[in-house]
Amino acid sequence: MKLKGWKKVTPGAVCTVAGSALEFKTGSWRAFRPRWIEENCIQCLFCWMYCPDMAVNVKDGKMVGFNYDYCKGCGICALECPGKKGKKAIVMEEEGK
Amino acid sequence: MATTPLTLKELSKKEGLLTSGHRMCAGCGAPIVVKMVLLAAEGPIVAANATGCLEVSTCISDYTAWKIPWIHNAFENAAATLSGVETMYRSLKKQGKISKDIKFIAFGGDGGTYDIGFQSLSGAMERGHDMLYICYDNGAYMNTGIQRSSATPFGADTTTCPAGSVIPGKTQQRKNLTKIMAAHDIPYAAQASPSHWMDLVKKVKKALSIEGPKFMNILSPCNRGWRSRTDDAITLSRLGVETCYWPLYEIENGVTKVTFKPKEKKPLVDFLKPQGRFKHLFAPENEWMLKKFQEAVDKEWESLLKASGNEQP
Ligand code: SF4
Ligand code: SF4
Repeated sequence: MKLKGWKKVTPGAVCTVAGSALEFKTGSWRAFRPRWIEENCIQCLFCWMYCPDMAVNVKDGKMVGFNYDYCKGCGICALECPGKKGKKAIVMEEEGK
Repeated sequence: MATTPLTLKELSKKEGLLTSGHRMCAGCGAPIVVKMVLLAAEGPIVAANATGCLEVSTCISDYTAWKIPWIHNAFENAAATLSGVETMYRSLKKQGKISKDIKFIAFGGDGGTYDIGFQSLSGAMERGHDMLYICYDNGAYMNTGIQRSSATPFGADTTTCPAGSVIPGKTQQRKNLTKIMAAHDIPYAAQASPSHWMDLVKKVKKALSIEGPKFMNILSPCNRGWRSRTDDAITLSRLGVETCYWPLYEIENGVTKVTFKPKEKKPLVDFLKPQGRFKHLFAPENEWMLKKFQEAVDKEWESLLKASGNEQP
């Protein structure tokens, strides 16, 4: 993300590009990384609904993985994931290990 | 207008109107609340935001996470600002300059709603503006460093009502804002929680289908201020509901309806225990506080059941 100089900022700080926050990659905040274990996934989509950072990728109504550019590693998805037969479909792992 | 069926599968096909890249803390409840509210809405929306975590973190300088027209003015006047926008819209519509049907939603934290923005909210409701005001209630001024607000629960430790050896945290009960808003005789006031997403989405849909002023109070866990884990926003809000600390109900045209009755009402301590802000309440000398807090929760729950003609035998 390139920061603008003050001369480039619009009067009243009006943002003219909707969703421009996408330029800011919050994934660098992450200390723990969620890992998806597809065979345990029942496609309930709780992870998608409860993620505060819209970092669960869903395609045609199906969970397909994470967007690590933005995932902050909070772990909500892993805690709420019901998984299959007591086996979680999301586990949190320490970054850089 | 086609409406999306209420399944996560169908909702997930809708365009998200709050994007990634916002700077709310990891695991914050507020963006979950906002995302659910926006998913519930159909058609064009215009939003206003009171100053607060949500406002500062979703719109930093030139970068916005909103994909809808959004305005921030000051701490105390989200409802007044949106009143102006909505009035302008009605005028332009009358003049034939706008043909779209636009819905108006204001967002404020508990500081910007219960305290600082209360007069402008009360005024907007009294004037009858066609808007839905959403309070995401995390129970303190979290943005500026966890100062107490009138939404801070009894006993909680905050930086301006610290738990010490003489005073054990906040000594007052919280303001019952949902009921105060209902007392404005508005057509719709409700309480919701992100843990119960379907209930939340249904309430937002209902509110937006009603013309006039509407108010919703939504529980929004804050792991920094609640001194809890980053992964438990949904678990804690669920416990809030299941202990009846945060009852789910609506008041529509004066008629109260409890929308979720836990199968078994859990003891309040289940909600308090995982939160560091209540740690001191578990010291033997503060047992009376736990008792007092539980009594207040029971009283409110019973009054809601009674009001909804749903008294437990
Ligand atoms: S760890 Fe948190 S931010 Fe990352 S995908 Fe899961 S819920 Fe979203
Ligand atoms: S919460 Fe777990 S089981 Fe449900 S869709 Fe996500 S990964 Fe799959």
